[in-house]
Amino acid sequence: MTGIVTFLTKGSRPFWLALLVITWALSTWSFPLYKALGARWIIKFPKKYELSLDTWISNAMTWLVEDAHFILFTFRDLTRFIAAMIEIPYRIMRSLLIDGFSLGQGQQAIEIAPSISWIAIIGAMAALAFYAKNRALAWLAGLCFAYLAVFGQWESAMVTLASVLIAVPIGVGGGLALGILSYRHPWFERLLRPLLDLMQTVPVFAYLVPILFLFGFGPVSALVATVIYAMPPMVRVATVALHSVPEEIIEAGRMVGSKPRQLMWKVLVPTALPSLMVGVNQVIMLSLNMVIIASMIGAGGLGYDVLTSLRRLDIGGGIEAGLAIVVMAIALDRVSQAFAIRRVRPRPDPSKPLYLRYPLLSFVMALTVITTLLGLWIPAFRLYPEALTITTGSIWSTIMEWINVTFFDTLEAIKTFFLTYLLLPVKRFFTGIPWAWGIIVMGLISARLGGWKLGLMAALMTLFIAANGLWAKAMITVYLVSVSVLIASAIGIPLGVWAGQNARANTVIGTLIDTLQTLPSFVYLIPVVMLFRVGDFSAMIAVVLYALAPAVRYAAHGIRSIDPELIDAGKAAGCTDRQLLVRIKMPLAAPSLLLGLNQTIMLALSMLVITALVGTRDLGQEVYIALTKANTGQGIIAGLSVAFIAIMADRIVTALARTSQERLGVK
Amino acid sequence: MERSVKLECRGVWKVYGAQPESFLAKHNGAPTTADFESERMIGAVRDANVQVYEGEIFVIMGLSGSGKSTLVRCLSRLIESTAGEINFEGRNLLTMTDAELIEVRRKKMGMVFQHFALLPHLTVLQNAAFPLEIQGVSLKDREARARQMIELVGLQGREDYYPRQLSGGQQQRVGIARSLVAEPDLWFLDEPFSALDPLIRREMQDEFLRLQSMLHKTIVFITHDFDEAIRLADRIAVMKDGSIEQIDTPENLVMNPATPYVEEFTRHIPRAKVMKLQSIMSKGVPDGDYAGDLAGHLTVADTVLQLDQAGLPFRVLDQDGSPVGTVGSKDAVDIMIGRTVG
Repeated sequence: MTGIVTFLTKGSRPFWLALLVITWALSTWSFPLYKALGARWIIKFPKKYELSLDTWISNAMTWLVEDAHFILFTFRDLTRFIAAMIEIPYRIMRSLLIDGFSLGQGQQAIEIAPSISWIAIIGAMAALAFYAKNRALAWLAGLCFAYLAVFGQWESAMVTLASVLIAVPIGVGGGLALGILSYRHPWFERLLRPLLDLMQTVPVFAYLVPILFLFGFGPVSALVATVIYAMPPMVRVATVALHSVPEEIIEAGRMVGSKPRQLMWKVLVPTALPSLMVGVNQVIMLSLNMVIIASMIGAGGLGYDVLTSLRRLDIGGGIEAGLAIVVMAIALDRVSQAFAIRRVRPRPDPSKPLYLRYPLLSFVMALTVITTLLGLWIPAFRLYPEALTITTGSIWSTIMEWINVTFFDTLEAIKTFFLTYLLLPVKRFFTGIPWAWGIIVMGLISARLGGWKLGLMAALMTLFIAANGLWAKAMITVYLVSVSVLIASAIGIPLGVWAGQNARANTVIGTLIDTLQTLPSFVYLIPVVMLFRVGDFSAMIAVVLYALAPAVRYAAHGIRSIDPELIDAGKAAGCTDRQLLVRIKMPLAAPSLLLGLNQTIMLALSMLVITALVGTRDLGQEVYIALTKANTGQGIIAGLSVAFIAIMADRIVTALARTSQERLGVK
Repeated sequence: MERSVKLECRGVWKVYGAQPESFLAKHNGAPTTADFESERMIGAVRDANVQVYEGEIFVIMGLSGSGKSTLVRCLSRLIESTAGEINFEGRNLLTMTDAELIEVRRKKMGMVFQHFALLPHLTVLQNAAFPLEIQGVSLKDREARARQMIELVGLQGREDYYPRQLSGGQQQRVGIARSLVAEPDLWFLDEPFSALDPLIRREMQDEFLRLQSMLHKTIVFITHDFDEAIRLADRIAVMKDGSIEQIDTPENLVMNPATPYVEEFTRHIPRAKVMKLQSIMSKGVPDGDYAGDLAGHLTVADTVLQLDQAGLPFRVLDQDGSPVGTVGSKDAVDIMIGRTVG
């Protein structure tokens, strides 16, 4: 008995080998086994034991929306109130940026004030960039926004910008508030942390359904979903930023007799501001990431353009709108990043007149008033003249068509090769595993790496997935993620290692990776679908592209942070470059590589759900179906299943990283 | 010359670990080192008894981990003591409400920190004015006060700089200006010069003595540097493993160490740097020729050149400037070479 326990917990190579062999054997022969024994339960979770959690959740949701009421108001009143609180500022922002202010409805509407001139908006953006950093950034931001006007994306872009400008302050404010609460009350942080874990791992689609239920189709739902999606990182960043304010500064604040509120707003928050700005940047980028997805529940703007083009297979239109999102993302990303590292500058000389003390603000205000007033008489000032817009849609369509015609055979060959020799075998392996063994194996692996508690948790999570009848789809998710992560690591780690050793490679690869990371996840789908059409292979490519960045980053970081003395020691011992890499650098970079692997898996999972749109048959599809059928329960259960897979992967890889860190004695 | 006690602590303990109060109670309020080890508790401060007199420079000296920083944080109630009593101007600091404590800190206490603890988003002027801002003093008044303080610490002309634009020594000058702007009576300095390089440290010590000669604050000064302690202190408390080993004047620490630890610590301190003329002089001033007058609080090291060159003995003056004794070059040389006095 003790022998078995030791074998399960201590034995290393025989344990893994045995596990692999049994799993492989069961996966290969599960079907014949079921036929021979007539035991269908081997390959499929018995129907009569299946949980009907999804129905319960859907019913609870219906009750909440239709019947629930608090003493003074119903639940529906509450959601309507929230909706109004969001809708009013959103309408004002939209009117300001593009629609103009008007009284009355429809045809009878009388315009009472125009929207801000496009010239002024470009000018304001450039001025903001100049304030944040320098002239070069001002040019970049200005040109990015000018692009939107010149290429005819202005109106959609402004609708998108309006929702970003509403979602970001709510996300930042809410995130900061929750961050402050977690900083002040450790119990609140303990309560919040698992919730945040879940929010960041549950695919977005899953909570689109309940939001749709509560707020109906429209921009408000889209904004709510965006805020929910974009807020968790801000909470984390805020908590960490506040915790990392040096103890002495807090003591200094207390010793001058600050009250708790003064300590927070005059000492802690200003000191943590540069770190907090990193959170703001993340909120902005995640909000933009949501632009397309949110348009499924009524966001409008650029996201809607991309979505409709993709559905119509309008190649040119999709690329045009997608590029517009990218351009906007780059501008907003660079400017907000510049704010994060912006240093305080000397105060303006108070003896000067006001307009000289604040030249940028004065410039923007003057520009706004002048161009907007001119816009009342000369339409070209109000909106970029349509006659001057350049459309590239047809060019893109032609290019894509040419590639597809010329390289059809090559592309098809690549696709077939990967499908036959990689995707299908892996798929057969994973989908063949009987659910019962799956639960055992997950429990064993987790227990072996992270202790019996983790093992129990993993077994229960796997059971949850199986018991909800999602085993087959979950295995497809696992297979697609595994293959994608494998390929992403195979490309990313060598690139990262190269970047870590070579300064010039680092500049090139770094820029590439930065750009890839700025792109909203949805954008990756556009060219992939154009080239490879729908299916697992397209999904895999999109996932690989999206999940590549962390593999590269962490590998480069791992190589770069090796103690130079160790490398000198290797050289002194007469290592060749190759030996240096294999024997010294790689083993020392292992913990960092594992952390990168963790991030790669997380990104791959989040992207995979989105690829449901290009026809995978995994959990993502389950969530997406739930969304189209507005089935709250189904969506949440499938979403939770994805989250559970993510959490298990995260805990297992983290445990691996911890062991390897401890072995190397590094932190 | 009986001086009033400004700050006093009696039987102060700071214990870290699980349930420190019940741990102390279990051992009748006086656990031994063995008790701490067997129950995995840490006694950061153990039974500290300190009296700081009005207007003196009281130095708490100890190596890192000796509990000196913890003790000063207990004295300023930045952390709560596990047991004991702390009286500030006759009021029990530990039973004050939050509002009372805030009031005391605003009006009566100032503190300087090892790593300066300046607010990075504020200018020199705004940093120096910060305590007054917290008190709600108007912009004009607080900036005027802060300007005076900046001038006092010799940073005029740099009011609009940000902390990161200053050198370490300059940053600590801002820290000092900030700690003095509200005119506190009690001034805590927590290793204020430890983060500075040796030349600047020396300069800042001189600056500190110059300020104190003008301001006459009651000072609690923390350091791990014994040289610094004997240069600045009226009295020194030596700490080890959370306990105070000895509280005495620098001279007495060197001449009459109370424990082996203090003896070990002071063994290599040159006596001449510590011994003051008033302790080595021959009492009484017989008539005769003298080379001149020397103040009694000067050390042998300060005066040995003068004594040696003069050929005649000097008269030693007490604090009021009246002659109380005489000292000659032989007395000084005895100390310098370690020959037993007398």
